[in-house]
Amino acid sequence: MQKSLLIDADKCTSCLQCEMACSFEHEGTFNPARSRIKIFEFEHGKRSVPYTCTQCAEAWCLHACPVEALVRNKETGAVEVKDDICVGCKVCTIACPFGTVNYNPDTGKVIKCDLCDGDPQCAEACPTDAIVYVDAAWTGLDRMQQWAAETDNKPMANA
Amino acid sequence: MSWQGQILRVNLTKGTAVAEPLNMEWANAYIGERGLGTKYLMENMDPKADAMGPDNVLIFATGPLNGTMASTSGRYAVICKSPLTDGIGDSNSGGKFGAFLKYAGYDLLLVEGKAAKPVYLHINDDNVEILPADDIWGTTVWNTEEWIKAKHQNPQLRIASIGQAGENGVLFSAVVNDLHRAAGRCGVGAVMGSKNLKAVAAYGTKGVTVDDPKKFMEVVKATHAKLAESGGRQELTEGGTHPMIDMMQEWGGLPTNNFKEVQFKGIDGVNPAATTTPNENGHTNLITNKACFGCTIACGRISHIDPEHFTIKNRPEYMHASGGLEYETAFAFGPVVGVDDVDALTFANYMMNEHGMDPISFGVTLAAAMELYEMGVLTKEQTDGIELKFGNAEALTVMAEKTGKGEGFGKELALGSKRLTAKYGHPDLFMGVRGMEFAGYDSRALQGMGLGYATSNRGACHLKHDVFGPDMEDVSGKGKAQPVKESQDMVSMIDSTGLCLFTTSGWGPEDFVAQLDAALPGEWTLERCVESGERTWTLERMFNQGAGQTGADDTLPKRMLEEPAPSGNAEGKVNELSVMLPEYYKLRGWTEDGKPSNETLARLGL
Repeated sequence: MQKSLLIDADKCTSCLQCEMACSFEHEGTFNPARSRIKIFEFEHGKRSVPYTCTQCAEAWCLHACPVEALVRNKETGAVEVKDDICVGCKVCTIACPFGTVNYNPDTGKVIKCDLCDGDPQCAEACPTDAIVYVDAAWTGLDRMQQWAAETDNKPMANA
Repeated sequence: MSWQGQILRVNLTKGTAVAEPLNMEWANAYIGERGLGTKYLMENMDPKADAMGPDNVLIFATGPLNGTMASTSGRYAVICKSPLTDGIGDSNSGGKFGAFLKYAGYDLLLVEGKAAKPVYLHINDDNVEILPADDIWGTTVWNTEEWIKAKHQNPQLRIASIGQAGENGVLFSAVVNDLHRAAGRCGVGAVMGSKNLKAVAAYGTKGVTVDDPKKFMEVVKATHAKLAESGGRQELTEGGTHPMIDMMQEWGGLPTNNFKEVQFKGIDGVNPAATTTPNENGHTNLITNKACFGCTIACGRISHIDPEHFTIKNRPEYMHASGGLEYETAFAFGPVVGVDDVDALTFANYMMNEHGMDPISFGVTLAAAMELYEMGVLTKEQTDGIELKFGNAEALTVMAEKTGKGEGFGKELALGSKRLTAKYGHPDLFMGVRGMEFAGYDSRALQGMGLGYATSNRGACHLKHDVFGPDMEDVSGKGKAQPVKESQDMVSMIDSTGLCLFTTSGWGPEDFVAQLDAALPGEWTLERCVESGERTWTLERMFNQGAGQTGADDTLPKRMLEEPAPSGNAEGKVNELSVMLPEYYKLRGWTEDGKPSNETLARLGL
């Protein structure tokens, strides 16, 4: 079963534990500036929205890469950057419509979410389940269930 | 190790910004943040210097756990001499600024001197610039943050700034960061303003690395889980600190009408239920909760005001969400001034954040002014035509804005309660200690709290000790000195780690120590950490003595010592300070007149 990150902005408190966990997993330090997931705040913190790569099935970044440094991990479905191949040309950062592939000036390579090889640390660190890792085919299940619960099909006589 | 190993020294008179190595001897002796900042202050200025002059030093200090995955790792402290108390000013804040100052590579920022013209500091890793602030001087905190982010094309900048209150020398001005988090107390914003420093903007790409990553992550996982499971933590997440107001009302410790009373008849207009119940227009005040950096509690409240409310009708600029009420703000804009209109309280809160002021000191100062007005000492002509009576919501909201903008009677309120009541001939109406106003707990109903207020180095503060347990067991001074002393040392320790005091809703002392020990080289034991807390406490005391304070300043207003509480659990009682204080001095190893003895100083290496 392929899994996917499911993000529920309503649950995000903007604590940035995910950003620290992500950078720790990939860089060995707590460094939100090098996180592959970012939290954006709107209206004085009324809404906080986690945002990261959704691992497109037809990945623009992967197609744009001239040296084939972006490779699909068949098990996790993630598009991963092969650091030994990446030349830092940044064409993938232009190709990505969502801005989730970014250049790291410290290494001269691009960085993006790789789902931590199937154990995403952002989801692990999130204290409110705003980020969870679920069956990729059913990321809408909770919302479906929520709306289904709104349906009142009891007979009028019992109402 | 989890230090960056360097500090940034900025001299605004000379226009220089120079990095220098962190003094590791001091870091090892004082842990960080509050303790370390106090040590740097002590070594860099004369406590006798004018708090509003160029010789005061303004320090932004982080701790060893800032910027790590330890829960609540965003807490930083602003430390300087306080213009409100003329003693140690030590105020801490959450939000995200502190962590990003550290990510820029600086454990501590030390600001000396005074700029010739308004400036702001832009810190982006090794690039540090002192830039003109002419375009933002005279504007709000909210405008300042927006302007600086746009100017540097960097929405990720984290900004700590002052509003007009800090520029105008309102003695209880705050330094506000991330729009609505504040180093609120002690007038640290006024000191920043006196240096012509409008803002500090920081962004950094230098990660924080811990000494033993594997061990640290194990400890973090365990402490996160412990906090998540605790009932106290869950209550903070759900209600913030606000529910305390119903508890204090029931106990009879909720200061009302400038502490004349201890229970508030308008409680239903200011308690948590008032923020979650729709009003007659169907508007609900509270929207959601929000966390500071690294915080897995998220006690912060986000609220909005009814667009039809008198405070913002025809003022669309205030129809957005922002920081909502917590216990202290609800007390300071509610019971202590007798106001019971939740949206008026929320508007006053917006004013504090937007213009950069301490809600507690503002509210208690306004309460004193209201008492003077009702006594006939102040007249309507002096208060800009406003009926400054207890319970007048308009008086609250108009005066909050006037004080922030430096208009009319707001200029008088800017003095703080001690100077205002003295100016009008009634110094006994000042409700506070060392020039700083009380928080929302009555010293007659909470006796240990009274001793804590009287001995707190920064003036009347409820957050420098933790004796709610003993205080709510019996209403007397008996046996309170020891828990006050011990918790003061413990809080000093926690305040020095870079973490938030509210983690004690789930953690014990050993949890802080385990995180420090994994993050830092060397062996960090509970004994070492608590001794460090005591060292910090004593050093603060020495700063105050150097500034001219004595044991005579360890006192409470006459109202607490001579006027019995009119109702509640403490009905008929006064605070028993004279019983507790000698016992407290003895436990501290201080002389009878409140000076740390030579043996005590030697024991602490001072």
